[in-house]
Amino acid sequence: MSVFKDAPHLFRFAGVFVFAFLVFLVVRHYVVPKSFGQYGHYRGNAIGEIAAHPIKFAGHEACESCHTDVLDVKAKGKHANVNCEACHGALAKHADDPSSVTPVKPDTAVICARCHTTSAAKPKGFPQVVPEEHSTGLPCETCHKPHSPGMDAGGAK
Amino acid sequence: MKITRRQMIVLLPAAAVAWKYVLAGTPEASPNYKMTEHWWSMLIDIPKCIGCGNCVRACQTENDVPEGFFRTWVERYHRSDWLMTESGEVTANPLTVPEVISPDGGKEGFPVATDESGKYFFVPKLCNQCADSPCTQVCPVGATFISPDGAVLVDQTYCLGCAYCVQACPYGCRYIHPVKKVADKCTLCYHRITKGLTTACCEACPTGARQLVDLKDPKDPIHEFLKTHSVQVLKPQMATGAKVFYNDLDGSVR
Repeated sequence: MSVFKDAPHLFRFAGVFVFAFLVFLVVRHYVVPKSFGQYGHYRGNAIGEIAAHPIKFAGHEACESCHTDVLDVKAKGKHANVNCEACHGALAKHADDPSSVTPVKPDTAVICARCHTTSAAKPKGFPQVVPEEHSTGLPCETCHKPHSPGMDAGGAK
Repeated sequence: MKITRRQMIVLLPAAAVAWKYVLAGTPEASPNYKMTEHWWSMLIDIPKCIGCGNCVRACQTENDVPEGFFRTWVERYHRSDWLMTESGEVTANPLTVPEVISPDGGKEGFPVATDESGKYFFVPKLCNQCADSPCTQVCPVGATFISPDGAVLVDQTYCLGCAYCVQACPYGCRYIHPVKKVADKCTLCYHRITKGLTTACCEACPTGARQLVDLKDPKDPIHEFLKTHSVQVLKPQMATGAKVFYNDLDGSVR
């Protein structure tokens, strides 16, 4: 066994490497999250955590399940495709607990102008008015029904 | 409180079952949702956008986006030398730089435009949910990724906040959250779309200029729309595999 005559110091060195590798495996086991690599080079559980974020907008299906009367009015008018929460704001809390959380009625003098104020930048076919000339600051609901605003289609009050 | 042996026999297996779910970690929000059945994206119909800023406000409400930062924002373009004759012929210098404004991300709408000349249009922007996104490729720790259903997400418990991804995004869609100090971006309302709802911006859009699309759903109207309309993505030369489709996009948009 003359080949291994001077080898013991190499074996000791190799032993140190094997030991370091085992330590690395143990540390890695505890440091890397369990779901890392489940779908790719990231923590698989992160997808579920992001999906668990609470919602604030209930979605128009939730509104329409109770407010069918408004839906009927809206379906005939120009605002048929405008979702409830586009004007009324985020109301998931109201949908979860309708009796204790009651939404504030939007101010039509402000909220209608956001879309319908005249601007050369808006598409030409979109109905636009200059609020100061058109209503002199009066709330739009004085004349228009917000859920079905067209004057010709029976939307006038 | 005294527990009899009979009660103990019932309670122990129940506790064992409950403990299994405690250990399982995050609650599965939507058990019927299968990631492999979806490939989410969005369609922006430019001619329908009126620049009301509803989407920006809805996004900030839904996702607790800090003041002054945006996951989605709206830009108004003005090409002043753009002219269309009565016969429909368009003359415009392609080298003229358009005037672009986005006051507070378009959150409170835009100032009234009085200059009738030229062509105005609004461009809502958001994360393009790229299929080959540069932002996920540069992350040194695997904290940002493309989910199996096509949303580019950030694992905020794993992110270091090094901001490589903020630099890598060619669309400027990422920012470092000022409080959490980690990368933040549009998740395509992942918490909503996995529950069968549409995104907050699509829900709040009054004209239908934004539409959530599922490219893996054969019944989704997007397939018909892509065949019949002139649809583009932003910066196609970057080969990011951007999935937010813009209908009737002007060539000057960058």
